[in-house]
Amino acid sequence: MTTSIASPRRSVSRGVSSAVLLAVAACFLLPLAWLLLASLDTKATASLNLPAEFSLANFSAVLTPEQTLWPLWNSFLLSAGCAVITVLAAVLAAYPLSRHQARYNKPFLYGVLFGTGLPITAMMVPVYSMFVRLGQLDSVATVALFMAATSLPMAIWMTKNFMDSVPVSLEEAAWIDGASAMRALRTVVVPLMRPGLAVVFIFVFIQAWGNFFIPFILLLSNHKQPAAVTVFNFFGQYGSVAYGQLAAFSLLYSIPVIVLYILVTKGIGGSFATAGAIKG
Amino acid sequence: MTATPTRTGGAGRPPQAARRPAAAGRTPTARRSLRRAVPLVPAVVLLALFMLGPVIWSVYGSFTNASLSGTAASSPRFVGLDNYLALITDPDFPNALWLTVVFLLLSAVIGQNFLGLGLALLTAAAPKAVRSVVATTVVTAWVLPEIVAAFACYAFFSSDGTLNRMLAAVNAEPVDWLFTYPMAAVILANIWRGTAFSMMIYEAALNDVAPEITEAAVIDGAGGWKRLIYVTVPMIRNSISTNLMLITLQTLSVFTLIFVMTSGGPNQRSTTLPIFAYAEAFGLGKVGYGTAIATVMLLIGAVFSILYIRVLKPGDNS
Repeated sequence: MTTSIASPRRSVSRGVSSAVLLAVAACFLLPLAWLLLASLDTKATASLNLPAEFSLANFSAVLTPEQTLWPLWNSFLLSAGCAVITVLAAVLAAYPLSRHQARYNKPFLYGVLFGTGLPITAMMVPVYSMFVRLGQLDSVATVALFMAATSLPMAIWMTKNFMDSVPVSLEEAAWIDGASAMRALRTVVVPLMRPGLAVVFIFVFIQAWGNFFIPFILLLSNHKQPAAVTVFNFFGQYGSVAYGQLAAFSLLYSIPVIVLYILVTKGIGGSFATAGAIKG
Repeated sequence: MTATPTRTGGAGRPPQAARRPAAAGRTPTARRSLRRAVPLVPAVVLLALFMLGPVIWSVYGSFTNASLSGTAASSPRFVGLDNYLALITDPDFPNALWLTVVFLLLSAVIGQNFLGLGLALLTAAAPKAVRSVVATTVVTAWVLPEIVAAFACYAFFSSDGTLNRMLAAVNAEPVDWLFTYPMAAVILANIWRGTAFSMMIYEAALNDVAPEITEAAVIDGAGGWKRLIYVTVPMIRNSISTNLMLITLQTLSVFTLIFVMTSGGPNQRSTTLPIFAYAEAFGLGKVGYGTAIATVMLLIGAVFSILYIRVLKPGDNS
């Protein structure tokens, strides 16, 4: 919304609004700046301080296999596993939904949309007792499947929308050449919607990477826990003592999602990606 | 889990042209439509097992005395409506319900929504540098993993944290925010973390408002506020209702932020429903009771979800 009519008050109000905006930005910046400065400060406290000397000692202290590398690898396995399963299931499901007019389309899409609204945190107590009954507690694979299912409604919705914008005419050519529907999907549709699929993949990956509650409840063994849970355990044990290390660990754990987010918005995304990639 | 099949997405709407190809003029036989539905199977199985399953399990479990340990853990007994009766008489339940409503209203409906709209309106007319500073800081708070955001907010509000440091600098009394005003702290934290979402939705919506319309309002003599209330807001009302639904659903399931900052305390003074269900089930071992709370939350979520679908009406173009 641009006001293209110049008025005498405009430059004044523009200055005021810029000042207000910068003040708000400063408020948002404070907790972020603490993370950054505390991570570089060996004597960090809970308060924002300029370090007496900048050092990477906190990073080298936490960058040990058991403290950071294994948990990050676990996070990667869980998130990548979840995202691969989700994208595969979503592409397959989106194809008939996008290409065929069937009676089940509408109820299915309504169901999917309904699923996007269910509060997953509300489900965790029953999910826990269900996992106990099924003997699946502490199983990384089942947890990845569960996380895939929870992100699936949104993923199907996004994938179907991306697929709808791939013209059907190209597939028709493939059909005339004798390709089956699945072959047309694999060789024509999927390559054409690669940017869209990347958005869906990254969106699911970011959500899974940041998820604390699900692995916290469903995984028991320490060596299987992703970084979200180990950073919490660290916080419980040393948090108030070693703020610097906590901040360093938090940053190491956050960098992948920030990079992926920038990739989506600057590279492939556009406004849809930003509006679609939502935290959990 | 939260999400946005929004109207504001631009690229996301299904074009009508992409409907069923004209090649098949005959009516599909039952067998063919069954064969075509095969690719849906993996998704349907996953959703049935891990989304529908827990919902049904939740309703079933809420009628049992399941617990974390002891005989009731391995062989829970059917106890009928006992958990729900206990819920009605438990003074902690109205407390949690009330705090959830306060949390939803103040942090989402008022905080995130209005701040997001305000930021979107102001940045639209701001210099590019200011706009990118605002976007970067606000969006970073939102992109960070929830637990990291929770640590940052914990440090900010803790007794020796940044906020008290700033108060000391202006000679004001320091306050132990997390103990004295736990709800205020978690509400502000959730505004800090979630505003980016509303801001982006409204930015996209405002981009779709044709400048001619606001110009016409200016020529007709409408001032800034009048223009906002009578022209801009009605034009983006779909985005407003979509956004309100989504942030309500997101905020309803906020757990980690509160869990890390206050663990629902002190004295349950920041115990919203998710924290309440967790504490009853895993803190006190009353899984059946926690499941009854979960069922109530699912019902609330379902109501909002249905409202949200009605707003979005996917049938219009699918």
